[in-house]
Amino acid sequence: MSEPQQPAEGANPEELRLLERLRQGDEAAFASLVDRHHNALLRLAMAYVSDHSVAEEVVQETWIGVLEGLDRFEGRSSLKTWIFRILTNKAKTRGVRESRHVSFSTVGTSDGDADEPAVDPSQFRTTGHWAGYWASYPQPWDENTPEKLALSKEGGAFLEQAIEALPSNLRQVLVLRDVEGLDSKDVCVMLEISEANQRVLLHRARSRIRRALEKYVEGGVRPA
Amino acid sequence: MTREEIKVYVMDYLGGRMTCAEFVEMVTDYLEGSMSFWKRVRFHLHLGLCFGCRVHLKQMQQMIRTLGRLPEAPVPPEIRAELLRRFRTAKTKSS
Repeated sequence: MSEPQQPAEGANPEELRLLERLRQGDEAAFASLVDRHHNALLRLAMAYVSDHSVAEEVVQETWIGVLEGLDRFEGRSSLKTWIFRILTNKAKTRGVRESRHVSFSTVGTSDGDADEPAVDPSQFRTTGHWAGYWASYPQPWDENTPEKLALSKEGGAFLEQAIEALPSNLRQVLVLRDVEGLDSKDVCVMLEISEANQRVLLHRARSRIRRALEKYVEGGVRPA
Repeated sequence: MTREEIKVYVMDYLGGRMTCAEFVEMVTDYLEGSMSFWKRVRFHLHLGLCFGCRVHLKQMQQMIRTLGRLPEAPVPPEIRAELLRRFRTAKTKSS
């Protein structure tokens, strides 16, 4: 039983090579993993604990967990999913200890759970046969908006701030799904929520970011 | 009847009376592929007829794409060095 188990079928060959190098103690392989995920882990940890230095500690604990678990990792999920799962476990424990943890089982109580509309209701007509239809159409964004935004320092900073402004439960879902691109089922397991619940939270989070981005794209609002 | 009036009647009839305010709340269900067949049909009909909702859906998709491309800032050198040191120690111990 000391041999690591065979990775699941369909595992990414590049990832298997990386894993092999990590197990052999290849420092460059570990460095690449740190470079790729450290700040992303920090972003997610900040959704659990409000204090930056505590979040740093959680990420450090996560890396130690990765080092300790490397030989036992079975490749049933991607390496990235596994690392993020370690983080959510550590962060949850830490959050409980600090009693700042926002529980997922209490949807309807934290401030991300108000039944808020995806679009400002004033953008829709309120009377007549057209009630509920656009009062004025939203402005199309330029085709390259995402690329330009993500690559510009200011645009990136604006988005990071918009993410940080989300209530923690919305932030956790949005970061795992849209920023990290993890699979919906994995995220449900990590956050201990149902798929239906995840969709509701994801929708609220995305709607808030879209509204913020709309203000940014149409001018005026800039990162603080 | 004006063209716009005709359009809204067609939308109501074919789109099963889905308003734009309702449409925007279904976008994530749609993108997650969790809609029932008929709901999806109505969603597509509304989409085909409504410029504003096409813009809205496109904005959501662009925004999601942007979130997936946020650049990662470099890891602070002292933290990076400390993690690599731990990696070396862990590997020496285990081998």
